[in-house]
Amino acid sequence: MINVALPKGRLGEKVYNMFAQSGYDCPSILENNRKLIFENPQKGIRFFWVKPSDVSIYVERGAADIGVCGKDILLEYEPDVYELLDLNIGKCKMAVAAKKEFYDDNSSTLRVATKFANIASKHYASKCRDIDIIKLNGSIELAPILDLSDVIVDIVETGTTLKENNLEVKETIVPISARLIVNKASFKFKTEKIENIAAMLKAQVEAND
Amino acid sequence: MLDEKYLKSEERIIFALRSLYSKYGYLPYKMSKFEEYDLYAKNKEFLVSDGVITFTDTNGKLLALKPDVTLSIIKNATEAKGVKQKVYYSENVYRVSGSTRQYKEIMQTGLECIGDIDLYDVCEVVSLSAKSLEAISKDYVIEISHMGILSAVLEKIGGSEGFFAEIAECIRKKSQHEIIECCEKYGVDKNGANLLCEFVTVYGAPSVVFEKLSALGLEDSLPAIKELKSLCALLDGKAQISLDFSIVNDMNYYNGIVFNGFIKGVCECVLFGGRYDKLLTKMGKSGGGVGFAIYTDLIAGINKESKGYDVDVLLIYKDETPYKKVEDAVEWLVSQGKSVSAQKSIPEKLRYKELKEMED
Repeated sequence: MINVALPKGRLGEKVYNMFAQSGYDCPSILENNRKLIFENPQKGIRFFWVKPSDVSIYVERGAADIGVCGKDILLEYEPDVYELLDLNIGKCKMAVAAKKEFYDDNSSTLRVATKFANIASKHYASKCRDIDIIKLNGSIELAPILDLSDVIVDIVETGTTLKENNLEVKETIVPISARLIVNKASFKFKTEKIENIAAMLKAQVEAND
Repeated sequence: MLDEKYLKSEERIIFALRSLYSKYGYLPYKMSKFEEYDLYAKNKEFLVSDGVITFTDTNGKLLALKPDVTLSIIKNATEAKGVKQKVYYSENVYRVSGSTRQYKEIMQTGLECIGDIDLYDVCEVVSLSAKSLEAISKDYVIEISHMGILSAVLEKIGGSEGFFAEIAECIRKKSQHEIIECCEKYGVDKNGANLLCEFVTVYGAPSVVFEKLSALGLEDSLPAIKELKSLCALLDGKAQISLDFSIVNDMNYYNGIVFNGFIKGVCECVLFGGRYDKLLTKMGKSGGGVGFAIYTDLIAGINKESKGYDVDVLLIYKDETPYKKVEDAVEWLVSQGKSVSAQKSIPEKLRYKELKEMED
């Protein structure tokens, strides 16, 4: 049995469809109920929905053999897992944004509001820029508007929220997309099955290119 | 008298490992919990994590709570031609844990073979790593790589130091899409990128792997492949091994065979090992070294049987019961092979199989 951690939400649903098209379907997942785990014993697969930022924890700690999560989560938490495939969906970017009129003249400590403290720290450490990290859990865009921070480091998909709030992208840190991750120990003992799933998903990614 | 039923599963495993290593001539090595910080500052990249807990000794020297055992053993290793120092240890080390990013006390059991070592010693150490995991579970696998093969591949491709560091991370993750990105970033041509992408898919049984390597143009004449082949031949049928070149240890310290161990049911790698001649050279020692460490706390949950109770008998006595009578009753129960807790009233959290109340 292969345990798959899927991220709750639109991305997870897209990913499930890719699994289903690869022959790893699990019809019970489409039923409208409060079940947490969905299993298809014939196909030897079990799915469960988890918070997107928790997918890497489930996989690293072996509760899930494989999972799908954004590159942002992998960069932030740096789990010790295999990253077998870029699924090429859920595309967006990790970026630095600020008020349109903001200009960083490097004269003082930069106040950075973000959910991604590790990514932000590493980005500015590579530039030897002195920063003050303000860790927030949501509504990051609010921070520069209320002068809680100078800039934000966050995921930007379309940029609409930024635009509507008089903010703009100042710098792209890294492009983001959904990745297929695998627990290292599971890969040793379930090699063939995991390889097969990865190959089927890869074929779909290449077909969509 | 040792009554094995009272040993915890990790204690039983450590006991089995100690007897295994002693049989092969490895001597116990007990060390202090503290070491001068300087030793780690000079060999920072050898450590698994950067966080070292330091404190100042009464004489002003900066000390550290040991984050690693190997460096201390090498520091004290003696050198003589044809001689190897073979030691084993069971020690706690203090590190920042990867997932929680907090300090953690980690129990390690392992061995080191240091000195004038040859392929026999490497084979003995890898074979002992397999026997160690077999003592814990029949479902195990030792995954072996050779740093020389990756070096040969990278030499073929060429590139800067920065490229080597970044590509090593992509190889560790078996991430072909990131290999392609990294090659593009550093201006490595398509052939190089394709070779690396193929290289990370080479894993599995030795016979299959060697065939794939030669298909990639990595010939048997390469010293690293020769050595790996000889090792696999020596271990053939004696250990559950597979080859996987995504094991990439720091190239400044490790130069030959490197290996990891996995046990079914444990979500992380439980055994790390390798040959680290370059580390010895860096520390001003001649000869080479090979060893491994098992993370014993990761295997604590294996073979754990829950009895459902803490003691066989809960013996309740009264204030007026003569102590001699209580003592006799306890001794009698113990002589019957039972565990017993003598109490005056029933403790809230104690689980017992049988309740006996003493009369006056």
